[in-house]
Amino acid sequence: MTPLISRGFRGRRDEAPAGRVPPGQYITPDFPVLSAGPTPHTPLEQWDFSLVGEIDEPRRWTWEEFRALPSEEVTVDIHCVTRWSKLDTVWQGVSIDTLLDGVETDAESVVQFCDGGYTTNLPLEDVTGGKAWVAFAYDGGPLDPEHGGPARMLVPHLYFWKSAKWVRGLQLQRNDEPGFWELNGYHNYGDPWREQRYWGD
Amino acid sequence: MDALMLDGNAVAGLLQEVFAVEMTTAMGTCKTCGATEAVGALHVFRGAGVVMRCPHCDTVLVVISKEDTRVWIGFVGVRTLQVDVR
Repeated sequence: MTPLISRGFRGRRDEAPAGRVPPGQYITPDFPVLSAGPTPHTPLEQWDFSLVGEIDEPRRWTWEEFRALPSEEVTVDIHCVTRWSKLDTVWQGVSIDTLLDGVETDAESVVQFCDGGYTTNLPLEDVTGGKAWVAFAYDGGPLDPEHGGPARMLVPHLYFWKSAKWVRGLQLQRNDEPGFWELNGYHNYGDPWREQRYWGD
Repeated sequence: MDALMLDGNAVAGLLQEVFAVEMTTAMGTCKTCGATEAVGALHVFRGAGVVMRCPHCDTVLVVISKEDTRVWIGFVGVRTLQVDVR
Protein backbone atom coordinates (compact mmCIF):
# COMPACT_ATOMS: atom_id res chain seq x y z
CA MET A 1 0.00 0.00 0.00
CA THR A 2 1.47 3.38 -0.94
CA PRO A 3 2.18 5.61 2.04
CA LEU A 4 -0.14 8.58 2.49
CA ILE A 5 2.85 10.85 2.91
CA SER A 6 5.47 10.78 0.19
CA ARG A 7 9.09 10.14 1.02
CA GLY A 8 9.83 13.72 0.02
CA PHE A 9 7.83 15.16 2.91
CA ARG A 10 10.14 16.90 5.35
CA GLY A 11 7.67 18.53 7.68
CA ARG A 12 8.20 22.13 8.78
CA ARG A 13 11.33 23.62 7.30
CA ASP A 14 12.79 24.28 10.73
CA GLU A 15 12.17 20.84 12.20
CA ALA A 16 15.45 19.30 13.05
CA PRO A 17 16.55 15.72 12.53
CA ALA A 18 16.62 13.79 15.78
CA GLY A 19 19.82 14.03 17.78
CA ARG A 20 21.19 17.05 15.90
CA VAL A 21 19.90 19.83 18.17
CA PRO A 22 21.44 20.31 21.61
CA PRO A 23 19.14 21.11 24.55
CA GLY A 24 17.66 24.60 24.53
CA GLN A 25 18.63 25.34 20.93
CA TYR A 26 16.51 26.19 17.88
CA ILE A 27 17.42 25.81 14.22
CA THR A 28 17.86 28.94 12.13
CA PRO A 29 18.21 29.28 8.36
CA ASP A 30 19.99 32.60 8.93
CA PHE A 31 23.56 33.17 10.02
CA PRO A 32 23.31 35.74 12.83
CA VAL A 33 26.27 38.04 13.28
CA LEU A 34 27.39 38.58 16.84
CA SER A 35 30.56 40.26 17.99
CA ALA A 36 32.32 41.69 21.02
CA GLY A 37 33.62 44.58 18.97
CA PRO A 38 34.00 46.28 15.59
CA THR A 39 34.90 44.19 12.55
CA PRO A 40 38.66 44.27 11.95
CA HIS A 41 39.91 44.67 8.39
CA THR A 42 43.45 43.34 8.30
CA PRO A 43 44.94 43.43 4.80
CA LEU A 44 46.15 40.02 3.68
CA GLU A 45 49.69 41.37 3.21
CA GLN A 46 49.75 42.10 6.94
CA TRP A 47 47.97 38.93 8.06
CA ASP A 48 49.79 36.05 9.66
CA PHE A 49 48.94 33.08 11.85
CA SER A 50 51.25 32.12 14.71
CA LEU A 51 51.77 29.33 17.17
CA VAL A 52 53.42 30.75 20.27
CA GLY A 53 53.99 30.00 23.92
CA GLU A 54 54.86 26.54 25.24
CA ILE A 55 56.34 25.27 21.99
CA ASP A 56 59.75 23.99 20.86
CA GLU A 57 59.93 26.60 18.13
CA PRO A 58 57.26 29.25 17.43
CA ARG A 59 55.73 28.96 14.01
CA ARG A 60 54.31 31.61 11.72
CA TRP A 61 52.56 31.49 8.34
CA THR A 62 51.89 34.40 6.02
CA TRP A 63 48.60 34.33 4.10
CA GLU A 64 50.36 32.77 1.09
CA GLU A 65 52.05 30.16 3.22
CA PHE A 66 48.80 29.43 5.08
CA ARG A 67 46.83 28.99 1.85
CA ALA A 68 49.51 26.67 0.48
CA LEU A 69 48.88 24.23 3.35
CA PRO A 70 46.59 21.27 2.72
CA SER A 71 43.01 22.22 3.50
CA GLU A 72 39.74 20.35 3.57
CA GLU A 73 36.05 20.96 3.15
CA VAL A 74 34.03 20.14 6.23
CA THR A 75 30.29 20.13 6.83
CA VAL A 76 29.37 20.68 10.45
CA ASP A 77 26.58 21.84 12.71
CA ILE A 78 27.26 24.96 14.75
CA HIS A 79 25.67 25.97 18.05
CA CYS A 80 25.65 29.47 19.49
CA VAL A 81 25.20 30.01 23.22
CA THR A 82 22.51 32.58 22.34
CA ARG A 83 20.46 29.48 21.41
CA TRP A 84 20.54 29.33 17.63
CA SER A 85 21.94 26.32 15.83
CA LYS A 86 22.72 26.02 12.15
CA LEU A 87 22.99 22.61 10.57
CA ASP A 88 25.16 21.43 7.72
CA THR A 89 27.34 24.51 7.41
CA VAL A 90 30.08 24.06 4.84
CA TRP A 91 33.57 25.41 5.44
CA GLN A 92 37.02 25.15 3.93
CA GLY A 93 39.90 25.22 6.36
CA VAL A 94 43.27 24.00 7.51
CA SER A 95 43.12 21.42 10.26
CA ILE A 96 44.84 22.38 13.51
CA ASP A 97 46.46 18.93 13.29
CA THR A 98 48.20 20.15 10.11
CA LEU A 99 49.42 23.31 11.85
CA LEU A 100 50.63 21.34 14.88
CA ASP A 101 52.31 18.64 12.82
CA GLY A 102 55.79 18.06 14.22
CA VAL A 103 55.28 20.49 17.11
CA GLU A 104 56.70 19.48 20.47
CA THR A 105 54.89 20.86 23.45
CA ASP A 106 54.06 20.24 27.10
CA ALA A 107 51.04 22.47 26.74
CA GLU A 108 47.65 21.22 27.85
CA SER A 109 45.77 24.38 27.06
CA VAL A 110 45.36 26.82 24.20
CA VAL A 111 44.29 30.46 23.96
CA GLN A 112 43.01 31.67 20.59
CA PHE A 113 44.04 35.30 20.04
CA CYS A 114 42.60 37.64 17.43
CA ASP A 115 42.59 40.99 15.73
CA GLY A 116 40.55 43.26 18.01
CA GLY A 117 41.80 41.54 21.16
CA TYR A 118 39.24 38.77 21.62
CA THR A 119 40.45 35.60 23.27
CA THR A 120 38.96 32.24 24.14
CA ASN A 121 40.54 29.24 25.86
CA LEU A 122 40.18 25.51 25.49
CA PRO A 123 42.09 22.30 26.20
CA LEU A 124 44.71 21.39 23.57
CA GLU A 125 42.99 18.05 23.12
CA ASP A 126 39.85 19.89 21.98
CA VAL A 127 41.60 21.32 18.92
CA THR A 128 43.43 18.16 17.89
CA GLY A 129 42.34 14.82 16.47
CA GLY A 130 40.26 16.29 13.67
CA LYS A 131 38.14 18.53 15.90
CA ALA A 132 39.22 22.03 14.81
CA TRP A 133 40.22 24.09 11.80
CA VAL A 134 41.31 27.55 10.80
CA ALA A 135 38.57 28.25 8.26
CA PHE A 136 39.01 30.70 5.38
CA ALA A 137 35.94 29.92 3.30
CA TYR A 138 32.27 29.46 4.09
CA ASP A 139 29.49 28.19 1.86
CA GLY A 140 31.67 28.08 -1.23
CA GLY A 141 33.19 31.57 -1.01
CA PRO A 142 35.80 33.54 0.94
CA LEU A 143 34.82 34.09 4.55
CA ASP A 144 33.07 37.47 4.99
CA PRO A 145 34.71 39.89 7.41
CA GLU A 146 31.54 40.02 9.50
CA HIS A 147 31.72 36.26 9.92
CA GLY A 148 35.37 36.35 10.87
CA GLY A 149 37.23 36.68 7.57
CA PRO A 150 39.92 36.39 6.40
CA ALA A 151 40.12 33.42 8.79
CA ARG A 152 38.45 32.20 11.93
CA MET A 153 38.61 29.18 14.17
CA LEU A 154 36.08 26.41 13.67
CA VAL A 155 35.55 24.16 16.70
CA PRO A 156 32.04 22.82 16.16
CA HIS A 157 31.80 20.47 19.14
CA LEU A 158 31.73 23.46 21.53
CA TYR A 159 29.53 26.57 21.64
CA PHE A 160 30.54 28.87 18.87
CA TRP A 161 32.11 31.56 21.08
CA LYS A 162 34.95 29.02 21.32
CA SER A 163 35.49 29.47 17.54
CA ALA A 164 37.16 32.86 17.50
CA LYS A 165 36.61 35.20 14.58
CA TRP A 166 39.58 37.07 13.10
CA VAL A 167 41.94 34.56 14.69
CA ARG A 168 45.66 35.34 14.38
CA GLY A 169 47.12 32.47 16.33
CA LEU A 170 47.16 30.00 19.17
CA GLN A 171 49.07 30.45 22.39
CA LEU A 172 49.99 27.05 23.81
CA GLN A 173 50.10 27.02 27.62
CA ARG A 174 50.50 24.62 30.52
CA ASN A 175 47.94 26.50 32.56
CA ASP A 176 44.36 27.22 31.60
CA GLU A 177 43.65 30.93 31.17
CA PRO A 178 40.00 32.00 30.78
CA GLY A 179 39.31 34.15 27.75
CA PHE A 180 37.01 37.09 27.14
CA TRP A 181 33.59 35.53 27.74
CA GLU A 182 34.90 32.94 30.22
CA LEU A 183 35.94 35.80 32.51
CA ASN A 184 32.49 37.32 32.27
CA GLY A 185 30.05 34.58 33.21
CA TYR A 186 30.37 32.07 30.39
CA HIS A 187 31.31 28.46 31.05
CA ASN A 188 34.99 27.61 30.93
CA TYR A 189 34.46 24.59 28.64
CA GLY A 190 31.16 25.16 26.78
CA ASP A 191 29.78 21.76 25.71
CA PRO A 192 26.37 22.37 24.06
CA TRP A 193 25.29 18.76 24.69
CA ARG A 194 25.63 19.29 28.45
CA GLU A 195 24.24 22.82 28.07
CA GLN A 196 27.33 24.41 29.62
CA ARG A 197 26.47 28.03 28.91
CA TYR A 198 27.41 29.86 32.13
CA TRP A 199 29.54 29.50 35.24
CA GLY A 200 28.46 26.59 37.36
CA ASP A 201 26.35 24.90 34.68
CA MET B 1 30.60 52.36 11.50
CA ASP B 2 29.67 48.78 12.17
CA ALA B 3 26.08 47.71 11.70
CA LEU B 4 26.40 45.83 14.95
CA MET B 5 27.14 48.93 16.92
CA LEU B 6 24.31 50.29 18.98
CA ASP B 7 24.57 52.83 21.77
CA GLY B 8 24.26 52.44 25.50
CA ASN B 9 20.56 53.27 25.42
CA ALA B 10 20.00 49.86 23.88
CA VAL B 11 20.89 48.27 27.22
CA ALA B 12 19.01 50.75 29.40
CA GLY B 13 16.42 48.19 30.42
CA LEU B 14 19.00 45.61 31.37
CA LEU B 15 21.01 48.07 33.44
CA GLN B 16 17.94 49.40 35.23
CA GLU B 17 17.03 45.82 36.15
CA VAL B 18 20.34 45.45 37.96
CA PHE B 19 20.95 48.89 39.41
CA ALA B 20 17.38 49.99 40.11
CA VAL B 21 18.20 53.51 38.93
CA GLU B 22 18.46 55.02 35.47
CA MET B 23 21.95 54.15 34.29
CA THR B 24 22.15 55.69 30.82
CA THR B 25 22.97 59.07 32.35
CA ALA B 26 25.62 57.62 34.66
CA MET B 27 29.07 58.88 33.69
CA GLY B 28 31.92 56.42 33.17
CA THR B 29 35.62 57.31 32.98
CA CYS B 30 37.70 55.19 30.63
CA LYS B 31 40.75 53.64 32.32
CA THR B 32 42.68 53.75 29.07
CA CYS B 33 42.14 57.22 27.58
CA GLY B 34 40.54 59.06 30.49
CA ALA B 35 37.49 60.19 28.54
CA THR B 36 34.28 60.54 30.56
CA GLU B 37 31.04 59.70 28.78
CA ALA B 38 27.44 58.95 29.62
CA VAL B 39 26.77 55.22 29.66
CA GLY B 40 24.08 55.92 27.06
CA ALA B 41 26.78 57.18 24.68
CA LEU B 42 28.95 54.10 24.82
CA HIS B 43 29.23 51.87 21.77
CA VAL B 44 27.37 48.61 22.33
CA PHE B 45 28.14 45.31 20.66
CA ARG B 46 26.15 42.13 21.03
CA GLY B 47 28.20 38.98 21.21
CA ALA B 48 27.41 36.11 23.55
CA GLY B 49 26.66 38.91 26.02
CA VAL B 50 26.82 42.68 25.72
CA VAL B 51 30.03 44.69 25.37
CA MET B 52 30.17 48.43 25.94
CA ARG B 53 33.19 50.23 24.50
CA CYS B 54 34.66 53.68 24.88
CA PRO B 55 33.53 55.75 21.88
CA HIS B 56 36.92 57.49 21.81
CA CYS B 57 39.43 54.66 22.05
CA ASP B 58 37.33 51.46 21.60
CA THR B 59 38.53 49.96 24.89
CA VAL B 60 36.11 47.54 26.49
CA LEU B 61 34.57 49.36 29.45
CA VAL B 62 31.75 47.08 30.58
CA VAL B 63 30.78 43.48 29.81
CA ILE B 64 27.29 42.29 30.73
CA SER B 65 26.19 38.67 30.56
CA LYS B 66 22.77 37.50 31.63
CA GLU B 67 20.94 34.27 32.26
CA ASP B 68 17.64 33.57 34.04
CA THR B 69 18.77 34.09 37.60
CA ARG B 70 22.17 35.77 37.31
CA VAL B 71 23.69 38.82 35.67
CA TRP B 72 27.44 39.31 35.44
CA ILE B 73 28.78 42.82 35.09
CA GLY B 74 32.47 43.32 34.47
CA PHE B 75 33.54 46.96 34.80
CA VAL B 76 36.71 45.92 33.08
CA GLY B 77 37.78 49.26 31.65
CA VAL B 78 36.01 51.77 33.86
CA ARG B 79 38.09 53.71 36.31
CA THR B 80 35.16 55.44 37.96
CA LEU B 81 31.40 55.37 37.55
CA GLN B 82 29.33 58.35 38.64
CA VAL B 83 25.68 57.48 39.26
CA ASP B 84 22.82 59.86 40.13
CA VAL B 85 20.93 58.45 43.07
CA ARG B 86 18.40 61.22 43.42
